[in-house]
Amino acid sequence: MRDAPLLQVDAIDVFYGDFQALFGVSLTVERGQVVAVIGANGAGKSTLLRAIAGLMQPRRGGIHFNGAAIDNAPAFAVVKRGIALVPEGRRLFPSLSVEENLRIGGQSARPGPWTLPRIYKLFPVLSERRHLPATALSGGQQQMCAIGRALMSNPDLLLCDEISLGLAPIIVRDIYAQLPAIVGDGMSLVIVEQDIAQALKAAAQVYCLQEGRIALQGAAHDLTRDAISAAYFGV
Amino acid sequence: MTEWLNVILQGVLIGGLYAMFAAGLSLIFGVMRLVNIAHGDLIVLAAYVALMVTQTLGLDPLTSLLLVVPAMAIIGYALQRLLLNRTLGDDLLPPLLVTFGLSIIIQNGLLELFTADSRKLQAGAVETMTYQIGPGIWLGLLPLIQFVVAVAVIAALQVLFYRTSLGRAFRATSDDPSVAQLMGLDTRHVFAMAMALSLAVVAIAGVFLAVRSNFDPAIGPARLIFGFEAVIIGGLGSMWGTLAGGVILGVSQAIGAQIDPGWQLLAGHIVFLVILAVRPQGLFPKVSG
Repeated sequence: MRDAPLLQVDAIDVFYGDFQALFGVSLTVERGQVVAVIGANGAGKSTLLRAIAGLMQPRRGGIHFNGAAIDNAPAFAVVKRGIALVPEGRRLFPSLSVEENLRIGGQSARPGPWTLPRIYKLFPVLSERRHLPATALSGGQQQMCAIGRALMSNPDLLLCDEISLGLAPIIVRDIYAQLPAIVGDGMSLVIVEQDIAQALKAAAQVYCLQEGRIALQGAAHDLTRDAISAAYFGV
Repeated sequence: MTEWLNVILQGVLIGGLYAMFAAGLSLIFGVMRLVNIAHGDLIVLAAYVALMVTQTLGLDPLTSLLLVVPAMAIIGYALQRLLLNRTLGDDLLPPLLVTFGLSIIIQNGLLELFTADSRKLQAGAVETMTYQIGPGIWLGLLPLIQFVVAVAVIAALQVLFYRTSLGRAFRATSDDPSVAQLMGLDTRHVFAMAMALSLAVVAIAGVFLAVRSNFDPAIGPARLIFGFEAVIIGGLGSMWGTLAGGVILGVSQAIGAQIDPGWQLLAGHIVFLVILAVRPQGLFPKVSG
């Protein structure tokens, strides 16, 4: 069991009503690995993360995490098993203060290294603004809060959906600079990115989605720019 | 002069009861955007549950709260889990229709079980005790208890909403149910807890209503209107605003009744409509979000 991958997504088909968003998508995440999923708008990247997190159920195919099937588990049960999602657009709770947003991330009460003081050490600016409403934070700070909120559940696998979206490049660089500190404890990471350079730098393994199918996959250092553009744009 | 002071005082005290009608209504709408048309009938149901408890166990009405409150909370949890959760979605209409149907079912069920006769809970000496607090100004013990309980209920809800993890779960689920699930919150359970809390407040309101005046199976919808009016006057999303809304409604009705007994309800409705026209967001709306 020790050798089995942490996450095994096996040929899943995911639908929004009659519209099929994912076609037989498979993905593997080993323990401690950083995996990037890239692709154009509407390629199905967010849908893949939502399916893993349990917000959507695949109609066909399976998802195994830590050896157990989770493809029919609802999101609130999946987070208790150790998968946390930083949703696209951050989606902080506007009625809650910064600290309450972080605390509610720890609602599932999984044991582990991530505690409120540790989040504040990682992102000191959140500590200064802990009593403000989450809406009073800048975009970059909101992203830090969303990442901190997900970490509070002490996940084995962290899913990050477009954490660079709408942020200034310098802020994106700052946030990515914290990734080693986050995965240092053996946590695995799946990042969905439109910023390909950023994704290739951070990840060991890269999957490229195109119109709901895996168009390319491989180790980040093996992939050529041409192969990526071909998979990205389908030309 | 003292006559009018008495009238206003009575209005303030009855306002506490209206605030309790309103608090459960506003809590449910706040957490899950559900407009509970059966709210008034659930208040009447609580009154009948209290009637059964007091008659079979020989308890006085205020002591019966110890049983009626948990009983209504359990009914609320089950109602939400088994029925109302299925109606929630992007469309506001299904829960509205289902609670409207529930209202009719409760009224007719009570009519079958208890007939249309007027009932009243007897609280004994508490009902008639009064204190003179100034020259010509009298305060009844029961209305006073009722008002103090109402303030305590509002304060408790306020603390629960802003100081506890359950309150945090309520606010988060209200903001964004799908992200709340990502936090490990089962929204079906959170909604059911909100309904349980709402019906716990309904139970208190129902018992005080039943001690204060006669009740029969048909009086629910009018209590619903009072609750709605207090919520709108106070402004959605603010618990203390809801208390103020109840008091304003109570005082308006009392003043109306003093001018002419037929104007009691009309005066309340007019004040409500004026506030709705002049300040549609209510007098004390929630500041942010």
